Amino acid sequence: MPTEATAIERVFREEYGRLVASLVRRFGDIDIAEEAAGEALVAALERWPEHGVPPNPGGWLTITAGNRAIDRIRREKQRDAKHQAALMVHDDSPPEPTGVVEDDRLRLLFTCCHPALASDAQIALTLRLLGGLTVAEIAQAFLVPETTMGQRITRAKKKIAAAGVPFRVPEAGDLPGRLGGVLVVLFLVFNEGYLATGDGAPVRADLTGEAIRLARILRQLLPEEPEVTGLLALLVLIEARREARVRAGQLVPLPEQDRARWDRALIAEGHGLVRECLAINRPGRYQILAAINAVHTDSPSAHDTDWSQVVALYNQLTRFDPSPIVALNRAVALAEMDGPEAALALVDRLPLTGYHAWHAARADLLRRLGRRGEATDAYDAAIAATENSAERAYLRRRRGELASAQSDSDPGNR
Amino acid sequence: MTQYLLSVHGPAERDEFGNYGSEEAMEAAFAATGAFNDKLQADGYWVFGGGLEPASTATVVDGQGDAPVFTDGPYLETKELIGGFWVIEAPDLDVALRLAAEGSRACAGKVEVRPFQGMG
Repeated sequence: MPTEATAIERVFREEYGRLVASLVRRFGDIDIAEEAAGEALVAALERWPEHGVPPNPGGWLTITAGNRAIDRIRREKQRDAKHQAALMVHDDSPPEPTGVVEDDRLRLLFTCCHPALASDAQIALTLRLLGGLTVAEIAQAFLVPETTMGQRITRAKKKIAAAGVPFRVPEAGDLPGRLGGVLVVLFLVFNEGYLATGDGAPVRADLTGEAIRLARILRQLLPEEPEVTGLLALLVLIEARREARVRAGQLVPLPEQDRARWDRALIAEGHGLVRECLAINRPGRYQILAAINAVHTDSPSAHDTDWSQVVALYNQLTRFDPSPIVALNRAVALAEMDGPEAALALVDRLPLTGYHAWHAARADLLRRLGRRGEATDAYDAAIAATENSAERAYLRRRRGELASAQSDSDPGNR
Repeated sequence: MTQYLLSVHGPAERDEFGNYGSEEAMEAAFAATGAFNDKLQADGYWVFGGGLEPASTATVVDGQGDAPVFTDGPYLETKELIGGFWVIEAPDLDVALRLAAEGSRACAGKVEVRPFQGMG
């Protein structure tokens, strides 16, 4: 039954990162792990529809995949005993202690985010091995052909095996240096879930959830590292708004969101985390982004938002991250204090003509200035620059309202 | 354990101070490299290593035909070339990268880390 197969594949995807990570730890080889995981899925698709889903599907998949991997290694061992001797397996060995937290996924995360790998390969591997996305889905997310993405992932896995990239959490002395790369990848995975790049599902709660889960584990490991707490706070405060963010297939921007639908428990958690990391008094990019989101989630409405504090935080953020994207977000906040004209002057100077959010921000500012023709062009450019279905639907609605406002000669500018 | 080639890359043309800028800088790099070599040996990572004469002393040999063909000069005519190398044995890439960073600082050059094929 197709619905059953879909349900099994959903369980499989949820369990995939844990499954592959434990197999990699046990067998020391990513290819063996992935292949065994795939065989376990085939076995589940054969068995579960008839015998029912086992009470602990994750455990069932782990045991089945482990047995398949051992079978394969034994077969190959007979064929090539010398080579396989190196792989020989300590059957049910417990994981090696890694210090504070023992989590196979965390080890694999540090492997995937190893600085010897190119950053696009780091993200792709993390999504493949820990997020359980297919190569096709990752290729779509990065807007590259599937064969290109397949080669990128294969090359990265080959390098891990041949160059001896270790499967372990770095030692305490190396950890701070390795952390930055892991935080970047987790934030990118979250963002891909929160505003999916391709034209598939506009929001991928599995990805945002996975990024948050990994960030929580990272924080257990490094409770004293304020940027880790800052990243978790940031992700939790954005995730809290997820339910309110899409309505009837359309993206709902922050000022228009129904704040009653925000997740109060997550917001309370996020605010607590922001206070905690800022108290350490070593500010950084993720802590400041989290603080900005705390100001938003603290306010009963967009109108009541403390915009001067938001702008002050963006000023501080610019010192850590002087990128044009930060400048764009700062300008959008500044529009609420100094008006759309001042903001537009800043936005127009930014070299972001390929970025959908730049066009969308310009369109909104031009709309508020009553410059409808230019606003329409900017909405068209924004629609052309994104494939996300919910974002496109929102931008189309805004553009449509502009046209009808023109015919009604409505003077409203908000 | 994996063996890694740590190759040092630098300008093909060398001046009288070996592109270190001054005699003092050259002497300092030689001394630091010597100390690094000693440490590699003491810590058990050392397999082999050494500096190379300038690329102009190289000869390319093609032995695939009936008679070998000799060509004066390096195989690649590039502005930057390998100037020396270490072969080390390390438990994983993290250790190899850490040693490469120390070696790079010592000899004042960029170091490429490349694993040898498995010995089976």
